[in-house]
Amino acid sequence: MSSYHQMCEGLPGREAWLNLNLMCEKLPDLLKGVPLTIELVLISLLAGLCLALGVALMRLSKNRLFNGFARGYVFYFRGSPLLVQVFLLYYGLGQFEFIQQSFLWPFLREAYWCGILALMLNTGAYTAEIIRGGLQSVPFGQIESARAMGMSGLLLYRRIIFPIAFRQALPAYGNEMILMVKGTSLVSIITLMEITGIAKQIIAKYWTPVEIFLIAGLLYLTINFLVTQLIKYLEFRFTPYLQKSK
Amino acid sequence: MKNALEIKNLKKSFDDLEVIKDVSLSASQGDVICIIGSSGSGKSTLLRCINLLETPNSGEVWVNNELIKMGRDKKGQPYPADQLQVDRIRTKLAMVFQSFNLWSHMTVLQNVIEAPVHVQKINKTKATELGLELLAKVGIAEKAEQYPSSLSGGQQQRVAIARALAVKPDILLFDEPTSSLDPELVGEVLKVMRSLAQEGRTMIVVTHEMGFAQEVASKVVFLHQGHIEEQGTPDEIFNSPKSGRLKQFLASNLEG
Amino acid sequence: MDLLNMLAFNDSGWGDEMLMGMLITILVSVSAMAIGLLFSVFGTMAKLSSSSIVRSIGNTYTTVIRGIPELLVIYLFFFGFNNALMAAAKSLFNYHEYFEFPVFLTAAIAVGIISGAYSTEVVRGSFLAVPKGQVEAAKSIGMSKFQIFHRILIPQVLRYALPGLGNVWQLTLKDTALISVMAIAEIMRTAQIAAGNTKEPFIFYIFAALLYLTLTTASSKALNSAEDWANKGVRRA
Repeated sequence: MSSYHQMCEGLPGREAWLNLNLMCEKLPDLLKGVPLTIELVLISLLAGLCLALGVALMRLSKNRLFNGFARGYVFYFRGSPLLVQVFLLYYGLGQFEFIQQSFLWPFLREAYWCGILALMLNTGAYTAEIIRGGLQSVPFGQIESARAMGMSGLLLYRRIIFPIAFRQALPAYGNEMILMVKGTSLVSIITLMEITGIAKQIIAKYWTPVEIFLIAGLLYLTINFLVTQLIKYLEFRFTPYLQKSK
Repeated sequence: MKNALEIKNLKKSFDDLEVIKDVSLSASQGDVICIIGSSGSGKSTLLRCINLLETPNSGEVWVNNELIKMGRDKKGQPYPADQLQVDRIRTKLAMVFQSFNLWSHMTVLQNVIEAPVHVQKINKTKATELGLELLAKVGIAEKAEQYPSSLSGGQQQRVAIARALAVKPDILLFDEPTSSLDPELVGEVLKVMRSLAQEGRTMIVVTHEMGFAQEVASKVVFLHQGHIEEQGTPDEIFNSPKSGRLKQFLASNLEG
Repeated sequence: MDLLNMLAFNDSGWGDEMLMGMLITILVSVSAMAIGLLFSVFGTMAKLSSSSIVRSIGNTYTTVIRGIPELLVIYLFFFGFNNALMAAAKSLFNYHEYFEFPVFLTAAIAVGIISGAYSTEVVRGSFLAVPKGQVEAAKSIGMSKFQIFHRILIPQVLRYALPGLGNVWQLTLKDTALISVMAIAEIMRTAQIAAGNTKEPFIFYIFAALLYLTLTTASSKALNSAEDWANKGVRRA
């Protein structure tokens, strides 16, 4: 580790236009926030996806209760900022006696679980709409030809509708994944020390916003770049016919 | 007498518009019936009522001497009473669509073996063997591993025909199979359809291709505004049309 | 009733403060959106430019801003903008006095830069979506470049851009919640203060959510009307 610090020492410091020395010194600290960021993203995306599948099905059902609930849920979480949702869960729920007495309290008092819950509910709403969009964009003719061959019900969904809907929804979901990575930064406001949380701490201490912004930004760009590559790979694997350059 | 298909007094409306106004039709095994008529005459709707892609408001559809059971829902709208029966009957019918409707996420071969494997529960190896044979028969065996989007319209339609043949249907339904194709590609599809007719398959074809109908059909049905205006052998229909409307239709369709 | 008192429009109630917060939210959002649109004009010109250097500046702008959390951009401006301005004033105008740039404007610029990155993508896409044939037709009847731009391109670009820009507006509206960290008394910050004061966070954050929902819903309706107007004469799916 000391060789790293030696390398950093060699860089221009406070007197320079950009304090590279500080950037170098503080990079390891910021890297410590990466595991938490990744964790938050993965758990909320996974949980949110499961939730979204249920909500999308409810949204497409003919039952007015299910449909209405799904529409309300999507409307609320897409129409209000993520920050409000985080605060409501973390500060708002903790206010109530019955929450404090319940078995959920050990979870809801923790910023970590409140953060995940808020992120999950948020991405659940957006993803539900992406799924719904994907399902509705399946070309009707391809569904008809499947019906004409005697397919119906679960078989039809499994072999034709879901596979095509999935492929249609991939680009939009990739976008959502990136938005979730950025969304994790908000939990820094409720004191979780992921990348942004640590960054703010350093900025407030050293008053070098540009330098820290640059390295923290670089970390996020790297993560998002990896996400984009993942989506590109999935698109290549599942829609090879779209890759042909015509 | 055993009829492959029997339609009795079929009526179909879309909201207030009555599209099929009491049509009766029968087809024996080996018949090639071409349905002709101007747009809006109800030809496609009639065809789609056979495999229940449209639900008739009244009348009977008999496939291989089996009546498709119909019921009415709470709003008085008709619907097929037994979905399992419909699925089963559909496996005996096969339809070729105007817009091909190949499944975009599957290769050509996968498209062809999909129904045999997953609906008819045939062993995959056997189905693949048969599938490749059929693709060779329609002349595109070399495209088996390609995706539909890289094929021309004529090629896609031939795949669609192979897909239809793969389920070993009793009756083949064609819904304007060449209407979406560029003129140069129409020929290759008609060639395949011609050989199917010569094999003795039962086919019901809705088409604008008068030449094909004249050559291949055993019976031609002229539909006008939801009624069968005239029907008969190709010779009767094309060479000695009786009704005024049919004469008009032929005149405007056969020039140019 | 406790609830009614808390939300009342008087000295002890917070109703008026919250509505004032909503006003501030709207003001910041509108300013930010406008600033963003200005940025998007330059951004689009850059990205469609023939010079690869200019293009890469444009691409860097949109890629970086869209790939980094908004909160980081806001912290950057909150902690650094004023000093940067003072440093610029010192070196450019030899102005050595301390000054404080209004924080409202700093916030608007910060959110504006974020909004601009998204707007750039929308406008660029809309430009590319206008069928080339329309410009060619205009050229062939002798319209000047300016006329083509003004009478043919802009109306079409607007038509294509409207839904996308509508989305950017909704995004911008919700991003303003983050400027609460800059202690600006918009909806979020006001709710925070009220919550801290009355120890009733739930009520006030729900109220905040409702205010945002009102704003986004009203915006949706307005946008639908605008889209209908912009699309008159065009058959839509």
